[in-house]
Amino acid sequence: MSQLDPAIDHLLRRAGFGASAADVETYRDMSPAAAVAHLVDYAGRPDDVDERIGRPDHVQVSTNNLFAPDIDIDDARQRWMFRMVHSRRPLQEKMAMFWHNHFATAYSKLANDSGTRQGAKLLAAKPGVLRGPMGQIELFREYGMGSYRDLLFRFSQHAATVIWLDGQFNTKTKPQENFGREIMELFSVGVGYYTEPDVYAAARVFSGWNLRESEGYSDNDMNAYKEFVYNADQHETTEKTFSFPIYSDGSKTIPSRSASAGMQDGIDLITALAFHPETARRLARKFWNFFVSEIVPPDPDFVTATANVYLQSGTRIGPVVYSVLNSPWFNDPSVVYARYSWPAEFVVRSIKEVGWQNLSVDKARAPMSNMGQALYEPPNVAGWPLGANWFSTSTMLARSNFAATLASSQKGFLAAQLHPEASSPQALMAAMLDRITPAPFDSLPQQALLNYLVAGGAWSGDESQVSTRAAGLARLLVASSEYQLV
Amino acid sequence: MKLSRRLFIRDGVATVTLGLAAPAFLAEIAQAQSIPGRRLVVVYLAGGNDALNTLVPYQDASYYSRRPTIAIPAGQVLQVGTDAAGRALGLHPRLTGLRSIFDQGRLALVQRTGYANSSRSHFEGGDIWGTANPQNSTGSGWLGRYLDTLPRPVDALAAWNTTDETPRALKSAITGVPAIANAATYNFSSPNQGAAAQQERNTAEVMASNLAPGRPHLALLNGANLGAIETLDRVAQARTYTPTVAYPNNGFALALRTVAGAIVKGIGSKVYWVSTGGYDTHAQQGANGGGAYANLMGTLGDGLGAFYTDIRNQGLSNDTTVIVFSEFSRRISENGSGGTDHGAAGVMMVLGGSVRGGLHGTAPSLAPGNPTLENSSGDVHYETDFRSVYATLLDNWLGVNSVSVLNGDFRAGAPAIF
Repeated sequence: MSQLDPAIDHLLRRAGFGASAADVETYRDMSPAAAVAHLVDYAGRPDDVDERIGRPDHVQVSTNNLFAPDIDIDDARQRWMFRMVHSRRPLQEKMAMFWHNHFATAYSKLANDSGTRQGAKLLAAKPGVLRGPMGQIELFREYGMGSYRDLLFRFSQHAATVIWLDGQFNTKTKPQENFGREIMELFSVGVGYYTEPDVYAAARVFSGWNLRESEGYSDNDMNAYKEFVYNADQHETTEKTFSFPIYSDGSKTIPSRSASAGMQDGIDLITALAFHPETARRLARKFWNFFVSEIVPPDPDFVTATANVYLQSGTRIGPVVYSVLNSPWFNDPSVVYARYSWPAEFVVRSIKEVGWQNLSVDKARAPMSNMGQALYEPPNVAGWPLGANWFSTSTMLARSNFAATLASSQKGFLAAQLHPEASSPQALMAAMLDRITPAPFDSLPQQALLNYLVAGGAWSGDESQVSTRAAGLARLLVASSEYQLV
Repeated sequence: MKLSRRLFIRDGVATVTLGLAAPAFLAEIAQAQSIPGRRLVVVYLAGGNDALNTLVPYQDASYYSRRPTIAIPAGQVLQVGTDAAGRALGLHPRLTGLRSIFDQGRLALVQRTGYANSSRSHFEGGDIWGTANPQNSTGSGWLGRYLDTLPRPVDALAAWNTTDETPRALKSAITGVPAIANAATYNFSSPNQGAAAQQERNTAEVMASNLAPGRPHLALLNGANLGAIETLDRVAQARTYTPTVAYPNNGFALALRTVAGAIVKGIGSKVYWVSTGGYDTHAQQGANGGGAYANLMGTLGDGLGAFYTDIRNQGLSNDTTVIVFSEFSRRISENGSGGTDHGAAGVMMVLGGSVRGGLHGTAPSLAPGNPTLENSSGDVHYETDFRSVYATLLDNWLGVNSVSVLNGDFRAGAPAIF
């Protein structure tokens, strides 16, 4: 909001989902450096957001039956949206979204394999509610600022990942290449830094990284579960040689081990990949695009500096994010409004800024799919096509029409809030731009908006005129091209 | 009411064929009268289609020994004859829709299409097929570069992408391609009614017309916003289309139905893009001609079958060519999970009323050591460079110089599909 220091506005769009009126109170008196610390050190903020689901002064959720976000994917989507709107730890949700895209895993394949309940549970179950491992998204919340090696290891041994990349079929006689390929192509070094023989070797490394079911398992039993198991009988024990070093002495060969000790093969490879300098550089470029700019290409000095922080901190992500948000690159004027918002960022920010009175986040679920981002349903293992790729006529229209849905739902609320300030079209515009924060307008769109306010007749400022024009103005602002930038 | 003869005949055929098979002579009359201007419908099978189970070498003993559980039994294939190398081939049993087009002589099966050092990455492979450039697959797409040759100002609906995301092939330097995934939701809504709602639409259009000098990222977004608003009314027209056949009820068929509507309503798009996914069959493809892969084939064959029949009934098939491709094919041998991993050369399909159907190119011999294979006989080696197929589509169908669009001469070895 324009009532905040512009540096903090910028920070909240990137490390959070924008600022609601309540957020303005929280951040109003902070310095930018204090705001970074407040966001990054979120362990000190209460994690009470789920307890507030259902409170009347919060955005609502909708459900036909009991709200069951641990076993129903639509409810899980709503819970995540609720958290993005109301969490006191917005960076935690932002990082969960970053990792959900980086480690893209889609519900549809899991549900196809294990049924809808287990599919939702594998991705979204909170720890301690039902029996079995926490959902994959909770890994990202819990460990998303810890060491990348640890996160990659936990992800690799999560049942959702195993099913998603067919690990349960990886056996010693028939090594399965899917996971072995993607861990190098997408989760670490990237194309160009591994070879086809490396893919075959990695498939053998992960042979026996399979699944097991809880006793008496059935898809429909919400307390049944699947979990990772190292199946020594299915591990291929010969040595595996790579084109890059696996060990700090430069050795490229994982030695032959007994089957019972063979899980160490995978740990060795994961460690080597996490500490590989190209992984550091690839993650640095991803963080540039996620936090700094999608319009200016990654500055090589930024990539080097960020990769160094990553490697020197033992692949810990927290120090990397802290360093990025405090860096001169992050605060350069040229990168303000230089990212294309993801649909989730767009929807949450617009709800926070326009209002959520009697609004259910469920109203955003189908539109987000039309915008190209159904949560828990990335299009493939590479994640969503980011940046300018979010935008086509169809997806832009979906954003535009969500702006209409939102403005329509808040029509009475906006009229009540803004009527006292709507003495003139210019005053209404100024008051609205205190809430809704698009990138600056050039004079042509600015004038078009002012023309719209008086298009129905001269300004009287009466209730009916303010009600119509405030809602229409909110719609136009949120749907504007300028608003899609963050 | 004034009715042009052309429209009269087209609608007449549609009426006649609602309940009956299309009388061939009526379709012929309508063909001669059809809307001028050819169009290309591109169908992308996302994930890497297993060509050996699409077009089955059912007399190759190695096919059965290397695929003990997922091979299509010889007795089930839809036989399509033998190719120039004398290899007997059959379509997957669920491709009855395509078999019918083959029997009409309008389906070309171009075997072993690909390129040297085939990428096994979905994303790089997709980009290579999109750019037609294995050396640098990051630039504009081959269809985008075709669109850039069209005279300016180019129509906002010069191409029509039925997916949400602009594929690499349609990325263009100067031509925006609208993504119209669902014509039914392609409209402009408002929190107000009547005049205020109309004023919002007009205002949005003015705002989006800002060229935003010095702010290229904003200009890009304005292009998407403006492209949407400018195409709303014509898309609304296309969605009033009533097809002459029943399309299956799935996303792929509905996209094809939308394309048919746009074609019949004379929207004039030159390129349509349709995609169908699920082809990354690492596991449990299915046995005995059934299972997951059979469902994929059913979706593909039934959808294309309905589309072709519909377009032919409308007398528009002679001006419509469909190509079907995937980013790579799959390993010859099945893996331990009853699936297949990423492979190399595959099969392209080209169909339409002007296409010379039949088996083009030759099938691989799957016995280890055979020169039609690569990667230690793990994968099928390409015979026809996919860019030569693009070249003939550009030169002989869309009528532009393929050398300039493809940045090179790939005409040699092109299959004679027109």
